[in-house]
Amino acid sequence: MARKVSTARKLTFTAIAWVIALLIFFPILWTILTSFKTEAEAVASPPSFVFFDWTLENYAEVQARSDYFKHFSNSVVISLGSTLFGLLIAIPAAWAMAFSPTKKTKDVLMWMLSTKMMPPVGALIPVYLIFRDTGFLDSRSGLVFVLMLINLPIIVWMLYTYFREIPGEILEAARMDGASLAKEITHILAPMAVPGIASTVLLNIILAWNEAFWTLNLTASKAAPLTTFIASYSSPEGLFYAKLSAASTMAIAPVLILGWFSQKQLVRGLTFGAVK
Amino acid sequence: MATLHTRSHARLMMAPSVLLLLGWMIVPLAMTIYFSFLRYNLLMPGMEEYAGLMNYRFFLTDPAFFTALANTLILTGGVLLITVIGGILMALLLDQPMFGQGIVRILVIAPFFVMPTVSALVWKNMFMNPVNGLFAALAKSVGLAPLDWLAEVPLLSIILIVAWQWLPFATLILLTALQSLDEEQKEAAEMDGAGFFSRFIYIVLPHMARAITVVILIQTIFLLSVFAEILVTTNGGPGIQTTNITYLVYAQALLQFDIGGASAGGIVAVVLANIVAFFLMRMIGKNLEA
Repeated sequence: MARKVSTARKLTFTAIAWVIALLIFFPILWTILTSFKTEAEAVASPPSFVFFDWTLENYAEVQARSDYFKHFSNSVVISLGSTLFGLLIAIPAAWAMAFSPTKKTKDVLMWMLSTKMMPPVGALIPVYLIFRDTGFLDSRSGLVFVLMLINLPIIVWMLYTYFREIPGEILEAARMDGASLAKEITHILAPMAVPGIASTVLLNIILAWNEAFWTLNLTASKAAPLTTFIASYSSPEGLFYAKLSAASTMAIAPVLILGWFSQKQLVRGLTFGAVK
Repeated sequence: MATLHTRSHARLMMAPSVLLLLGWMIVPLAMTIYFSFLRYNLLMPGMEEYAGLMNYRFFLTDPAFFTALANTLILTGGVLLITVIGGILMALLLDQPMFGQGIVRILVIAPFFVMPTVSALVWKNMFMNPVNGLFAALAKSVGLAPLDWLAEVPLLSIILIVAWQWLPFATLILLTALQSLDEEQKEAAEMDGAGFFSRFIYIVLPHMARAITVVILIQTIFLLSVFAEILVTTNGGPGIQTTNITYLVYAQALLQFDIGGASAGGIVAVVLANIVAFFLMRMIGKNLEA
């Protein structure tokens, strides 16, 4: 039963929480605001918050000068591609672990988790050299493959925790009625598994979109996603705050929106089901 | 109950995932180990030769290694300290009754979705820049000399940037744990006259212990390998003041083309990560049962 809370207490907490939340959010807000300023206004002292001449010229210039949409589509292909590829491989595995568990299932899951603990620099050099020699350096398919591998443990774990919540009796009943394995999956499992699969897809798109170790090291220009594109602003010429802000806003907006829809899944996915 | 038939099916279904991950774990690692015993520089192709433990000797006696090791630990520890304590406080705050809780939550979580290169560049230029940054404007407005953050306190600056990115993660997970706490238990303690602090120490904190260990474990995995934030802000500098192990290996391989030396560094990084993982797994082993 909820307790009655005094209005004064509630107002106090409201004020404190809003101030802190706005402070934490401020760098993002400031980036968005700056993206609508001219370069001169972006570095004006004292800085202006809202009362400046709003302009869209930075967005036009970022697109014209460095072809934002190319990098955007690279990000889309890489994050969607690696997630769907991973899903294809992980669904059967998670299905098997959830519905035909053996004594070893837990061990296999823990082992998969442990592969995430290997620092990426341990694999960087061979992967870089193999990619260089096979022409996969700066290619989207190469990155799709690598990001699929690094997110595979998370995808398997997430699907496993979702699948385990599907009552096994239903599957048994279907099996008794003579449903084949294929039918079991398409007619019974799939409809019940869709929400869990959707959550998994959402979280992994976000993770792949923001992945910055492999994307920075394995791409240069042709296949460069937004992470690499933004990094090119680290050694700029002349005034560039407004353009940096416009590019940044466009790079983070899609996942910011996706992310807000996936708060709950984030907790489950990133804690490997340990916290729900 | 699983029949032999379904069991072989199950094995077949798990095979692609297991084989791919096994390959991903073994092939690069084996190659890194192999390279680490070679004198191998990309600028001198065809000159590769067996070098014994030379690469390890050079890497481990290089003063840069100890600086990088210390930086890695300070960076990881500093961010963990800020995010865990900050996350507990934020979770306690967000758990209170308030107006617009949903929006507050959304605002607090947002930094987690910002890609590392964006957050690092925004902080570097628009906040920490000594001429045009907002911190400089703030300092000047109260009559202080602006601080050149990334030149004067580079490691601290990177800790702050990375902590900003991970605070939402800690907050979100600790809040989820906090909200699963039985209200009646808290009320009972309150009626027995327990104050806020004793309620926190004896009821709330033990309840959150599992979530806290999960936060520490997962963040440590990612924090040991911080890379993009360093690359776009300081390039490991000034000097090597912000070079961590990951960045040191990257610089040796892709900037100096010393594949042999960098591979030895990569193996050292793997060993260090395994030592940390071993202790973490033991520490949280009990906590994660149940």
